[in-house]
Amino acid sequence: MSTIVVFVEHTEGSPRRGSLEAIGAARAAGADCVAVLSGPGADAVAATLGTNGAARAVVLAGRDAYSPDATAAACADVVKECGANGFLAASSACGRDLAPRVAAHLDCTLLTDCIELSAEGDGFAIKRPWLAGKCIAAVTTSGDVLCATTRLNVFQPAEGGGSAEVQTVTLGEGKAEVVSVDAKSSGALDVKEAPVVISGGRGLKEPEHFKLIEELAAAFGNAAVGASRAVVDAGWRPHSEQVGQTGKTVSPQLYVAIGISGAIQHLAGMRTSGTIVAINKDADAPIFKVADYGIVGDASEVVPALTEEIAKIKAQG
Amino acid sequence: MNIVACVKRVPTTDAQAEIAADGTSLKTDGFQYMISFYDEIALEQAVQTKEASGGEVTVLTIGPASGSKEVRECLAKGGDKAIVLADDAWMQRDCRSTAKTLATKLQELGAELVFMGRVATDRDNAAVGPMTATYLGWACVTDVVEMTLEDGGGTAKRETEDGVETVRFSLPAIITCDKGLNEPRYAGLKGIMAAKKKPLEEAGAEDVPNQAVVTGVAPPPERKEGRIVGEGVEAIPALIDALRNEAQVL
Repeated sequence: MSTIVVFVEHTEGSPRRGSLEAIGAARAAGADCVAVLSGPGADAVAATLGTNGAARAVVLAGRDAYSPDATAAACADVVKECGANGFLAASSACGRDLAPRVAAHLDCTLLTDCIELSAEGDGFAIKRPWLAGKCIAAVTTSGDVLCATTRLNVFQPAEGGGSAEVQTVTLGEGKAEVVSVDAKSSGALDVKEAPVVISGGRGLKEPEHFKLIEELAAAFGNAAVGASRAVVDAGWRPHSEQVGQTGKTVSPQLYVAIGISGAIQHLAGMRTSGTIVAINKDADAPIFKVADYGIVGDASEVVPALTEEIAKIKAQG
Repeated sequence: MNIVACVKRVPTTDAQAEIAADGTSLKTDGFQYMISFYDEIALEQAVQTKEASGGEVTVLTIGPASGSKEVRECLAKGGDKAIVLADDAWMQRDCRSTAKTLATKLQELGAELVFMGRVATDRDNAAVGPMTATYLGWACVTDVVEMTLEDGGGTAKRETEDGVETVRFSLPAIITCDKGLNEPRYAGLKGIMAAKKKPLEEAGAEDVPNQAVVTGVAPPPERKEGRIVGEGVEAIPALIDALRNEAQVL
């Protein structure tokens, strides 16, 4: 029987969806799951993880400030202690930072941003994008422990009925520590995590017109604002919103590209989205080749009308 | 300070991926190469750090022996010397192999502060920085958008889903650099001339066999062919209908 240790992030008393997806990936690959959590409120979250597919939960306690190196050392110890043959974290800012360190402690390589995970022999096989999704590689590892991160919005969280046995271990001192977090304005979703992404490009013509994108995102309620490289380079939008090969790779359920022509490096960053909608004046724009639904038209006319419709639908619930 | 900028030679971002006959790698004949986008930011940060607090910047790469053109450019942009750990299979190295090889070399060089890009734009692992630091037992802060150095350490800011984290770290350290940290400079004529005289050493790369085994490479799954639902504002009802009833995302 395989065992996979999963690092579970949590916020405001609930596990993050990306972490539940990682547990789901482990369960779907036939493995038992041991969750590892840290930080304030970890105990309460740990106690609930049985319903999300974890058989056991280990809380790393003893330090208030998050230290990635101390946390990684403790995660590697949990992997060794329970004889696990896998370690997973979500491909989030925290998971991408933590997983390589855990892998190095175990002297195993890391397979990042996986979109498939399956049992193979005594271990696992994964699939992951290369060149930001221009192709997909199938990879296995000869290391003792498969260390991997799971791409957000790809795997399904597991349904579990049981209760997880909770245990506590003490963290050591770290060489780097988070001393403060300057929180985003409340409600602002990250482009990698959001189930809906509304992205704007140069077709909006002026930075002020990004208000249309923000309004459409607000009408959805669960949407993040994204941007093409062209408008980030022009200084219209922050880099944290950039979708594409030199920005973020996203897989939301719904991706709406507005005024984005669809350069190959942008397409690479969003082509695995569930449903893609493109709104563009140029009927020959490459974005229409990957879009499920397209509207040929001027963003400044189409977007406000679309926002109004979406707001109506959301108001009806 | 003994500063090192680790850089990687990658295919340009407009490169098309064509699968090679072996089915497990990509055809490289059509590739043009560049220093990975974020590594340019790492180099700039290394040079700015040296300009502010003195020291020397070594540019370190694992790459083909023939790849010194891109490395020479790094010297033109302010690196003092360069070391190419030559390995023609550099593109096939997994992140553990790369990290262990870099860790050995960084130790040997006596590096105190190492800058790397947040991620290399070919394999998108974003793993080599924190892995290398772990092998060395050093501090590491990833995805850094702002930083200051203090005695024996420093403070760095990184963007997460929740906002901006401030991280305090001790030296020696590896910092992985994100867009926004600085604006990389262009190589001026003076820099290009000076670079010709700067030392560029080529050494064999430590052989650390891969653990990752690529069993196949395939094009991304074809998307179902889409359609234009209409033109202008009149098309909105058709779009809403499709999102609701076909795609079921509304």
